[in-house]
Amino acid sequence: MNPESLTVHHLNVHIGGAHILKDVSLTFPRNQITCIVGPSGCGKSTLLKCLDRLHYYIEGLEVSGSILLGGQDVIQAGDRELLELRRTIGLVPQKPCPLPMSIFDNVAYGCRIHGLHKNREIPDIVEKYLTEVGLWEEVKDRLGSPAVRLSLGQQQRLCLARTLAVEPEYILADESTSALDPLSSKIVEDLFVKLREDYSIIMVTHTLHQARRIADHAVFLYLGEVVEEGPAATLFGQPREDLTRKYLAGIFS
Amino acid sequence: MPQDQKRHLGERIVRILMVLSVGIVLACTVSIVGTVLVRGIRTFSWDLIPWAALAGSLYIVIPAAVLGAFISVPVVFYITMYRKRSDPVSYIARLAYDILYGIPGIVYGAFAFSLMVYAGMRASVLGGILVTVLLIIPIMIRSGDEIARNVPDELIEAVYSLGATRWETLKVILLQILPGMTTAFLLAIGRAIGEAAAVMFTAGFSDTVPQSPTDPAATLPMAVFSWISMPEPFPDKAYAAALILTVIVLLLSLGARWLSRRFTQNNLS
Repeated sequence: MNPESLTVHHLNVHIGGAHILKDVSLTFPRNQITCIVGPSGCGKSTLLKCLDRLHYYIEGLEVSGSILLGGQDVIQAGDRELLELRRTIGLVPQKPCPLPMSIFDNVAYGCRIHGLHKNREIPDIVEKYLTEVGLWEEVKDRLGSPAVRLSLGQQQRLCLARTLAVEPEYILADESTSALDPLSSKIVEDLFVKLREDYSIIMVTHTLHQARRIADHAVFLYLGEVVEEGPAATLFGQPREDLTRKYLAGIFS
Repeated sequence: MPQDQKRHLGERIVRILMVLSVGIVLACTVSIVGTVLVRGIRTFSWDLIPWAALAGSLYIVIPAAVLGAFISVPVVFYITMYRKRSDPVSYIARLAYDILYGIPGIVYGAFAFSLMVYAGMRASVLGGILVTVLLIIPIMIRSGDEIARNVPDELIEAVYSLGATRWETLKVILLQILPGMTTAFLLAIGRAIGEAAAVMFTAGFSDTVPQSPTDPAATLPMAVFSWISMPEPFPDKAYAAALILTVIVLLLSLGARWLSRRFTQNNLS
C-alpha cells in the first residue's frame, strides 16, 4: 500500500460565478477517520466529490488546485489514471444506491471491470466482503435476487461491500448514515470504526454527535473555507478558533 | 348561505364533476371496445380474417420498430449522458423531437410519399417501413429521454466511483432503464400499428400477402378504412380487422403495464 496521505492543495471551486470552495488545503491522514463538519451549504459535499473527480459531471463547475495521492493528481489525471485513482478512492453515497443487478453481481461488479480476480475466485471475494460488512448471514441464501429488494440499511452495507471489493485505500462517505433508521445507522457507523484499521476514511457528516463519537481527525468548513483542522480531540475539545467554538456550541448551524 | 354550508356545497360540486368525468371516459372506452368486440365476434369466422392486412401491418411495424429503436436509443444516451443538461445540442435535439412528435401522420405520409416519388419508388412495404420509422422515432426518444433523465445521479456517481469507464457506466444505466425502454418500445409499436394516414400513400393496398419489400401491402387500419363503406360482406371484414387491431394494441398496452410494474420492483425508481 502506498504510504502517502491524500492531500489537497489550494483547491478552488466555482459554480456559475459562486465561489464554493476557497483555497482549501488539507491532509487526510492514513488509517484514521477524518470527519468534515460544517453548516449546510458550506461545500462539504462538493469537496468530497472533487476528491473522486465526480464534480466533473456538475454543470458550470470550474476547479483549480490539485488533489494528490501517490504522486498523481486527481484533477489533472488522464482517463486511464483517473480510473485507477477512482478505484483507490471509493465512495459510499448518501442514499443507498444498489446497481440494478443481483446482490452477488453488485459486489462482483468492480472486481470484474478491473479484472482484479480470476472468475472462479469471485464467489470467495463476494463472501469475504459481504462478511466484512456483516451482510453474509442475512443474504447468503438469496445472492441471486435483485439488490433493491434489501432494506435500506442492508442496501447501504451492500454499497460499502461493493466499494471495499475493489480494494480502495481511501473511502469517502457522504453522510452515509443520514438516510437510515437509527439501528441501521449505528451498524454502518460501527462498520466505519472497524474499517479504519485497513482503510482511511473521509466522512462528511451533519451530526456533530456522530463526528465526536468516531472522528480521529476533523475539519471544520465554513462558507467554503477551512476554518480549523486538526486532531478531533483538539478540534472538538479545545478549538483554536472562535468560529469553531460558536459552531460547536450550536450558536449557528 | 352560511360559510360552512358554502364550503360543503363547493366540495360536493367538485366531487360530482370528477365522478362525471371519470364516467365519461369509462363509457367511451367501454362503448368503443364493446362495439368492436360485439360486431367483430358476432360475425367472426376464419374466412373473414384479413391475412394480407395482418401480414402487411406486421411486416411494416416490426422492422420499423427495430430500426426506430436502433436510431432512438443512441440519441437518448447522447443527449442525456454525453451532453450536459443545458447544452445547446441537447436543447435543439429536444426541441426537434418535440416538434416531430406533434406532426400528424398524414403529413409524414405526404412527406415520405414525395420522397418516394423523387426516388422513383412505388407504394410498398419499404415505403411503409420508411414512414413508420419516422413516426416511431420521436415517440421512442421522448419516452426514452424521460426515463433516462430519471436515473438517479447517485447511481451514475456510484458506478464512476468504482473506476468504471463511461461505456461501462452506460451499460449499467442501460440495465437500469431497459424495462422502461421496452415499455416505451411496446407503446410505440401500439401507436404505429394503428396509424392509417401515414401508410395510406406509402404502403398502398393489396389483397395478397406481400412477397417482397417492394410489393404494395395492406395494413389493418387501411383495411378498416377501405372496407367499412363497401357493400356486404366487406363491413364484416372491416370489423374483423378492427377486432384484430384492437386485440393487438390491447395486448401491447397490457404487456407494457406488466413490464413497468416489474420495473418499479426491480430497479431504483
